[in-house]
Formats: sequence, C-alpha cells, structure tokens
Amino acid sequence: METVVIQTKGLTKRYGELTAVDHLDLTVYKGEVFGLLGPNGAGKTTTTLMLLGLTEPDEGEARINSLNCTLDSIEVKKIVGYLPDNVGFYSGMTGRENLRFTGRLGGLEGDALEEKIEKLLARVNMTEAADKKAGTYSRGMRQRLGIADVLMKDPEVIIMDEPTLGIDPEGIRELMWLIRDLAERDGKTVLLSSHQLHQVQRICDRMGIFVHGKMIACGTLEELGREIAHEGVNTLELAAYPDNMKLRDILNGTKGVTNIEKNSDVYVIHSSFDIRRSLARELAEQGYTIMHLRQAGSDLDEIYRKYFEKAGEQSGADHHTGKK
Amino acid sequence: MEQIITQEKSKKHNYHTLKVLFEKETADFINGKRMLLFLLLMALITVTGLYAAVSGLADALESGNSSADFLFLKLFTVSANSIPSYNSLMALMGPFIGIFMGFDAINSERTEGTLNRLVSQPLYRDHIIIGKFLAGIFITAVMVFSSGILIAAVGLISTGLIPTGAEAARLFIYLCFCVVYIGFWLALAILFSTLCQHAATSALACIAVWLFCAIFISLLAGITADALYPVGGNDMESLMNEMDNYYCAQNINRISPYYLFGEATSTLLNPSVRSVNAVTMTQLSGALVSTLSVGQSMLLVWPHLTALGALMLLAFAVSYVSFMRQEIRAR
Ligand SMILES: Nc1ncnc2c1ncn2[C@@H]1O[C@H](COP(=O)(O)OP(=O)(O)OP(=O)(O)O)[C@@H](O)[C@H]1O
Ligand SMILES: [Mg+2]
Repeated sequence: METVVIQTKGLTKRYGELTAVDHLDLTVYKGEVFGLLGPNGAGKTTTTLMLLGLTEPDEGEARINSLNCTLDSIEVKKIVGYLPDNVGFYSGMTGRENLRFTGRLGGLEGDALEEKIEKLLARVNMTEAADKKAGTYSRGMRQRLGIADVLMKDPEVIIMDEPTLGIDPEGIRELMWLIRDLAERDGKTVLLSSHQLHQVQRICDRMGIFVHGKMIACGTLEELGREIAHEGVNTLELAAYPDNMKLRDILNGTKGVTNIEKNSDVYVIHSSFDIRRSLARELAEQGYTIMHLRQAGSDLDEIYRKYFEKAGEQSGADHHTGKK
Repeated sequence: MEQIITQEKSKKHNYHTLKVLFEKETADFINGKRMLLFLLLMALITVTGLYAAVSGLADALESGNSSADFLFLKLFTVSANSIPSYNSLMALMGPFIGIFMGFDAINSERTEGTLNRLVSQPLYRDHIIIGKFLAGIFITAVMVFSSGILIAAVGLISTGLIPTGAEAARLFIYLCFCVVYIGFWLALAILFSTLCQHAATSALACIAVWLFCAIFISLLAGITADALYPVGGNDMESLMNEMDNYYCAQNINRISPYYLFGEATSTLLNPSVRSVNAVTMTQLSGALVSTLSVGQSMLLVWPHLTALGALMLLAFAVSYVSFMRQEIRAR
C-alpha cells in the first residue's frame, strides 16, 4: 500500500465571482513526481498556495502527511519546500548569504550550515556566482538558487511552481535529472506545475490536467492516453519502406482499419481499436521495414490538446444551458 | 514529559526564528544605503540642536532673565533666534526616521518576491513584522541615545555644566520618549507598508498622516473649539466658554502624537511646568514657587507615555491583523 502524502478533498477557492480552484480532489503518493498541467489562469498557483497555507481555502481541506495545511501550517512548512514562480532574493545579499539566512531560519548553524550551502550550491551549479549579489543574477540563476533554497531545509515534500521557467535547455535537463533523483533516491515527493509538456512528460509519474479550476483528468501518461483513445478512434502514424502500392493494400486489409490518409510519406490510419501489434507483425512478415510508427495521442501534447478541447466544449455547453 | 521537551524545543525555535529575522533586519539597516539617510537626519537634528543650544544658552545667560536652575536640560530646549531647539526638531523630524525605516518594510519584500519565500519557511508570520519593528526600534534607540549623549557631552565641555542626578534621569526619560515617539511612526509606516501594494503609496500615506498631525490638527482643533464654544464676544457666555474652548481644542490636539510628544517633553525637560492642563487663579493661589521632582513630572506625563505607547501598539496590531490574513503571491 502506498503512503498518501498530499491529499485534498473538495478544495475550493473563490475570488469574488471567479472560482479559481473548484472542488479539487487530489492525491499524491510518497516518492512520486506529480505534474499539474493547465493553461494560464487554471488555478495551479492557487492550489500550491493553499497547500502551504499561504491562502485560506473557502471550502474543503488540504492535508500533507495528514497535517491540515491551513491550521498546522507551521508544521507543514517544516516538511514542505516551496519554490514559488518568479522566486526572488534579497538583492543586497549574495546568493550564499541568502541561503545562509534560509538555513538559519530552519535552525541550522555553524559548520553544518556552511557545508550544506556548499553542497547545494554545487548541486545547482551556482558555486561560481555564489558570492555575487543576488540583485545581479539572471532569471535562470535566481531559479537555480531558488532550488538550492528549497533543498536547504531537507524537505520531505517539494512543491515547485513552474521550476523550469527561464532555465536554459542544458539547465532544464540537469534540473529534470535532479528532480527524478530526489524522488527516486531520496524518496521525496514532488509536486510541480508547468507548461512545458515535454519535460513534464519525461519526469512525472502521474499528472493532472487542470482547466478552469477543475482537474479534468489525472493519471499516468498511458492512462491519460488510453482514456482519450476510448473516447473515439485510434489514430496511428506509419511510415514504412518500401513505400509501394502493396503496402496500402496490406493496410487496407488489416482488421479494424476504418480510414487511411496519406500525408506526404506518412500514413495516418484510423482504426476502431489499437492495431499496432498486429500491424507491426504483419508488415515484418511481408518484409517491410517500419521507419516510423506512432500512436497519435500517446504524446502529452496531443492528450493535452484533446482534453483541453473537450473541456472547452463542455464549458461551452454549460454556458449554453446556463443561458436558457 | 517528552511532550514538554518538544514544546520547549519548539518554543526555543520560535525565538530562534525571531532572533534570526531581527539580526538580518538590523544588518540590512546598517549595511543599507538608507542608513546614510538616517545618520544624515540624525546629524542634522543633533548639529542644529547643538548650535541652538550653545548660542541660545549663552544669550539667555547674558541677558540674565533665565533661571539658573536646570540649565543642563535647557541644552535640549533653548532655541537661538530662528534656529529651533533639539526638542522641537526631534518632534518635527523624528517621525521621518520612523517613516523611512518602515514605509517599505513589507511591500518591498512583496515586490522583490522574497516575501512568499519567507512565509513558506517554518516561522510565525508575525515574527516577520515583529523582527522588522524591533530592528527599527533598536537602530532608533542607538541613534537617539548617541545623539542625546553627544549633545550632553558637548554641552558639558563647552559650558562646563555638570548635570545633577535628577537632570540625568530626566534626560534618560526624555530620550526614551523620543524612541517611543519614533517607534510610533515606525509602527504606522509598517502598517501602511502591509496595506499598500506600492512603497510610494505607503510613503505618501505616512507623510500625509504626519502633515495632518503636525499642522492640520491644530487648525482643526481651533475651528472645532470655536464652533462649539464661541469666544471673543463681550457677553458673559463667551467669557464662560473660554475655559471649555481651551479644553476642547487641547483634547482634540491630544489625538496627535506630535502634540502629545511636545507636551510631554516640555514637561519633562522643564521641571517648573506644574500642570499640563490650564490652571485657574484659584488653583494657583497659595502655590509655592518651586520645581517638580522627577517622579512628579513623570506622573504628569505618564498618560502621554501610555497614549503614545497605545497608539504605537494599535498601529502595530492593525498591521499584524491585516498581514496575518493576507494572501501572499508572487509579484
Ligand atoms: N488575488 C486575486 N484576486 C482575484 N482573482 C485572482 C487573484 N489571484 C488569482 N486570481 C485568479 O485566479 C485564477 C487562477 O490563478 P492562478 O494564478 O492559480 O493560475 P495559474 O494556473 O497559476 O496560471 P499561470 O499558469 O499563468 O501561472 C486566475 O483566473 C486569476 O485571475
Ligand atoms: Mg501560476
């Protein structure tokens, strides 16, 4: 049985008329990397704020390690590290001094503190810039220092709001690696929000798609893809060598295929169920080399788009009925 | 037993975070460019006050109309020609020290994006404002006491006046009053810094309050008192109103910390002041010409001190409440 670390029940936050977070039920397990995805204004930041007790929910409750996030916020903050979006540092102090301040607030002193600072600076690649004033840092450097700052108190749970914002590609790769490492080796639980679907896809165990304050889908990448696939037809992209007339016949003859389009040298095959296995075997037997075979919808980009379209339709329909 | 130990531990941790915050804020003040401004302001008050004291005191002594008692305290109250005394400068300019210290205490952290990082640390939110407030008070106290002692020392050297014990005590109480007075303005500035999103807005709001307290409230008091208790006529009624008019104006004025400070310090620094209210001839008849002891002066100004302290705590409490409930987002 997996241990539940973060759990919200009916969590709701309203700003006047607008419901920023709408009855959110979210469960995140220990050692898991969970991604919150959603367009701007979906309520991701608001959710993270409620998890840290930085804003009070209007309804429902959030618990971290079964501590109430609103009432026991001090205890929660002891075990949760938070990286806000657009993190800032005291511009008059160096990066190292900023970290030292955080460390001392967490109760560290002396050699243990200095050692930890050194280690974390190295971990986020900021050793060289550590003794410059934080006011001179670039966006990405601030972000890196922010990550070191989060790790300063050795949190069990890490909540990051758009951690990859402003970091260069190499830095993102390192950060992704770092996050996976934290989850896998140190057993930490990570909740992150992001727009960068490709990265989320690579490192998150599970993800939730957020639209207008509601979580419309939640699960692993495969689960999300499967769910969307159940909605309608399977779509497959295929390119094979040699690309001749016989290939088309084989495709047409495969059981379950409903429609075939050709897009330059890629066939787009619609079918009533997943035909990847059978098709691949068939083509291999006939001596074809498969150059490209991809289930459309298994990519987060498309899953995301589809869910988003679906949510749009739904809210459109709601709107319509509401008018009547 | 174990629980008690953990409780003790967490209590210790509480003070620990407050201490860390206090140290950081103090270091920020000392290292910051703003410290130059404080020093400049303080130097202005000190040097001008000193000049006024030394030249004014000489004039007063030469003309011989000044009582020779408590000359030492006159260092802080005499003005020369158009140069104001140390005390009136302190009343007028002191608030600026408090305002400059506090007007961007919270909102600058908010705009810099450090506030949400700070509040996500395991600390009580109130420690953030308490830490800033205490650091400001600490810096103020150091500055006020060094400037007061500087004046006393220069006065001692240039005039050869040696303070009596009573005078030293009065000076000490006076300087404490200055700190509380500046502390009020600091608390007010911190209040505005939690309420206003922009530092400029809160600075303007503070200065508006200062203008009101220093200038407009006395006009307002005069107008209100005249409206309620008209005087100046030749009839019996306006004569009767004279007293009420005075009290009404005085009570309205006493809302203003500027006025409270002025009234209290002139009592403290001038032992011959026997009452802070109007005294009738009947009350005065039979009174001996004498000065008050330190304790008796303290009794007179005790309400002022409590009022100033209460105003300070009120400003502080409001900022505390508004800050505790605020949602803290990134910029
Ligand atoms: N203080 C506030 N007052 C009123 N509405 C607010 C306030 N803060 C946020 N909102 C609204 O709440 C909604 C959710 O905001 P939130 O910041 O959580 O979005 P987000 O998912 O983090 O977006 P982004 O991806 O742009 O960061 C938005 O529509 C926003 O306009
Ligand atoms: Mg956001």
